Amino acid sequence: MKLIPTRFLAGAAILALVASACSSTAASPTPAPAATPAPAVTPAPAVATPTPTPKAVTIEWWHITTGEPGKSIFQGIADAYVAAHPNVKINITVLENEAFKTKLATTMQSGTSPDLFQSWGGGIMQAQADAGMLQDITAAVAPWADTVNKGAMSIYGLTDKSGVFHQYGVPWDMGMIGVWYNKALFTKAGISAPPATWDDFLADVSKLKAAGIVPLAIAGKDMWPSMHLWTYLLLRIGGGDALRTMISSGNWNTDACTAAGDQVVKLNALNPYQPGYKSATYDNEAAAVGNAQAAMEVMGQWAPGTEANDATNKKGIGADLGWFPFPTVAGGKGAATDGVGGGNGIAVGKNAPPEAIDFLKFFSSVYNATKLNASSPATALSPVIGTESAVTDANLQLVLAGRGKATFMQLYLDQATSPAMGTAINEATVALFEGASTPAKVCAAITTAAAAQ
Amino acid sequence: MSATSATGARPRVGFRVPTKWVTISLFLLPALALYLLFVLVPVIQAAHYSLYKWNGLQPLDNFVGLRNYATALGSDTFRTAVSNNFLIIVLSLTLQIPFSLSLAVLLNRRFRGRTVFRVIFFLPYVLSEAITGVVFSLLLRPGALIDSGFSSLGLGGLIQDWLGDPGFVMITLFVIISWKYFGFHMILLLAGLQGIPREIEEAALIDGAGRWQAFRHITLPLLGPTLRVSVFLSMIGALQLFDMIWVMTKGGPLGASNTMAIAMFKAGFTNQQMGYGSALAVILFLFALVLALAYQRFVLQRDVEGAVTAFNG
Repeated sequence: MKLIPTRFLAGAAILALVASACSSTAASPTPAPAATPAPAVTPAPAVATPTPTPKAVTIEWWHITTGEPGKSIFQGIADAYVAAHPNVKINITVLENEAFKTKLATTMQSGTSPDLFQSWGGGIMQAQADAGMLQDITAAVAPWADTVNKGAMSIYGLTDKSGVFHQYGVPWDMGMIGVWYNKALFTKAGISAPPATWDDFLADVSKLKAAGIVPLAIAGKDMWPSMHLWTYLLLRIGGGDALRTMISSGNWNTDACTAAGDQVVKLNALNPYQPGYKSATYDNEAAAVGNAQAAMEVMGQWAPGTEANDATNKKGIGADLGWFPFPTVAGGKGAATDGVGGGNGIAVGKNAPPEAIDFLKFFSSVYNATKLNASSPATALSPVIGTESAVTDANLQLVLAGRGKATFMQLYLDQATSPAMGTAINEATVALFEGASTPAKVCAAITTAAAAQ
Repeated sequence: MSATSATGARPRVGFRVPTKWVTISLFLLPALALYLLFVLVPVIQAAHYSLYKWNGLQPLDNFVGLRNYATALGSDTFRTAVSNNFLIIVLSLTLQIPFSLSLAVLLNRRFRGRTVFRVIFFLPYVLSEAITGVVFSLLLRPGALIDSGFSSLGLGGLIQDWLGDPGFVMITLFVIISWKYFGFHMILLLAGLQGIPREIEEAALIDGAGRWQAFRHITLPLLGPTLRVSVFLSMIGALQLFDMIWVMTKGGPLGASNTMAIAMFKAGFTNQQMGYGSALAVILFLFALVLALAYQRFVLQRDVEGAVTAFNG
C-alpha cells in the first residue's frame, strides 16, 4: 500500500483521470481529425462593421478542439473576424476536454465566465444558467437563427418554468446516433439488407451468431454506449413526447420504460456481445468493430474516426463500414425518423460583449461552417443549413440525411439530464445489459434518482 | 519559581525569551501558513460544504443539515465501498504482509544473486499506479496474455472474467495491489531484519533453540517496530485506494469495486454533487483519523513514545 496524505488524493485523482482520459478517445463527440485542411469553397462574405466609432473589445474564447485541422480552422475564423474588426481582440484558450471541465467549473465558482466556451447543452447548461453564468441571446440571434438546423439550435437553450425558451449558445456540430455495421460480415452471415425493424434486427443477430460472428459490441466499463441503445428502444416504443414527459416529470415507472427493458432482455438472450464486454471501454468496443471482430455498434457520428484510430491497422474496415438508422419496434409509438443525437456548441458567458455574439454569427456563416464539414475527415457535421453538400464521406452523408429528416431529436440522455441523473441512468441500464437487473428495477432506479434531484 | 525571583531575573529572561520565540515562530511561519492554507482550511471547508446540497456552481444556500451523511450511510453503493476498503485491509494483513515477511527472511540469507532478487521484487513499487492499471487492464483482456498463459498451462478452466465479474473483481484487484506493494513491505522488513544483530540469534541456536523457535521468539519480537509500521502503512494505503482501481474499473462492474475514495470522486467530480462528495470525504477522513490515532495510541505507543498521543511524555 502507498501512503498519500489525504489532501493530495483529489489531485492524484484528477491526474489519474487525465491519464486515463488521455489514453482513450472516449466520449468526445468530435470526430478524429486528419492533417489536411480543406480549401475554401465559396468566397468570404462581407463582414459588416457594427458601429462607426468602435471601442476596443476583447473576447475570451475557450474551446476543446485540440486536434487538427479543427484547431487551425477555429483560429483562422477568429483571425478573419479580427482582421475585419480592428477594435476586437479574440483571446483563444485551447484546453483538453477534462482540463476544460475542471477549469470552467472553478472559474464559475469564483463568479466569472469566459465570453464564449464549449458546451454540450443539457443538464450542465441548466446548472450554469441557474448560477447566472450564461447570457440570454434569444433576441440577439433571432435575425439569423433560422439559418441553423432548428433541432440543433434547441439543444443550446432551455425552457424556463413559465414555458419561455431562452437561447444561451449556438451549435457548430450536430449528429445522430445510429447503427454502424460491417457490410462484409453481414454478407458472410447471409444478410442482404440492413434491418428496418427490431424483429429483423434480432433475427440478424441470430444469423450473425450462427455464422460465428460477434453481432454487437458494447462497453460495460464506460456504460454510456449501451445506454444509447436502450434510449432508442424507449424512444421507438414510447415516442418522443412520452420520453420528454419522463425526463421532465421524473417518473420513469412507465409501460414504455419496462417494455424497452423487455426488448433488451430479449437481445441479451441471444448472447450477442463481444467477449469481455462487461469490462470493455468504449475504445475496446470501437477496436472490436474496427478490427472486424464484431459486426455492429450503436454509436454517433464520430464512430468511423474512433474505429480507425483504435483498430490494429489504424484504418478500420474502410468501405465495409455502413450505417443504418435504429430499427423501428412493432406497435411502438415512435417514428422511424425520431433520433437520439448531440454534438458540440458554443455557449455565451454572462458578461460577453455584443461583438461575441456577432462573432458567433460570423462563425455560423455558410462560408465558415463549410470549412468544418469539408475537412477530411470532417471536423464536425455543421448544423448550418447549406453546408451539407461539403461532407464527402458516404456514411456521414447518411447520418446527415437522418438528421435532416429527424421529426424529433433527443439529446443523449446522460447529457440532457443533470450529471448525477446521467450517471444513475448509465448505471441502471448497464446492469440490465449485464443481466444483473430487471426492466422494472431499471425504471424504478432512475425514478428514485430523479426524486433525489 | 516564585514571583519575586522571576521579577529579580527579569532583565535576563525578558531579553532571552522573546528572541527564542521570535526565532521559532519565524521558522515555523512558512510551514504553518502552508499547512493552514492547504490542509486545515480545506478540511474545515469540506466539513462546511457537506452540510449543503450544492452542485459547485449555485450559491451555497441550500442547507440540509446531516442529510448527506444519512444518504451516504443508507446507500448500498457507499456501504459496498466501505466494505471493499476493509476487505483490502484484512487481505493485506493476512496475506500480503506475511508473504513480504517470508520473502524478506529468505533474502536476508547470504546467497548468490541476492541483490538481483531484491531489485526484481522491488521493481513493481517503482511503477506509478496509473501505469500499473493500464498495463494490467491490457494483460487481463479476454484472450490476452494472462488468459493464454492459463490455457497453455492446461488451466483454461480457471480463467475468469477477471475485471468483468462483480463477484471476482476485488480478488483480481487485490492480487494486483499486492503485486505492486509486496516489494515495498519486503524492503522495509529487510531493513528491519538487518538491524537485528546476528549474535542474538546465534546465541539462541547455540543454546539449543530450533530455527523456528529462534525466528518466533527472537527475530519476530525484535522486528516488531518495523512490522507495526508496515501494517500501519498498509492500512492507511488500503483506506485511500483510488488511482489503480479508477484506471482499471472506474469502480465497476456495477459498482462492485468502488472504494470510499472512488465514491467521493464520482460524487464530487462526475456527478457534480459537491455537498454529498464533501460528506463522503469527511467520512473517509474520520475513518483514517480514528484508525491512525487508535493505532498510534494502542499499537505504536512503545515505538513512538512522546509523539502525537502521549502528551505528558
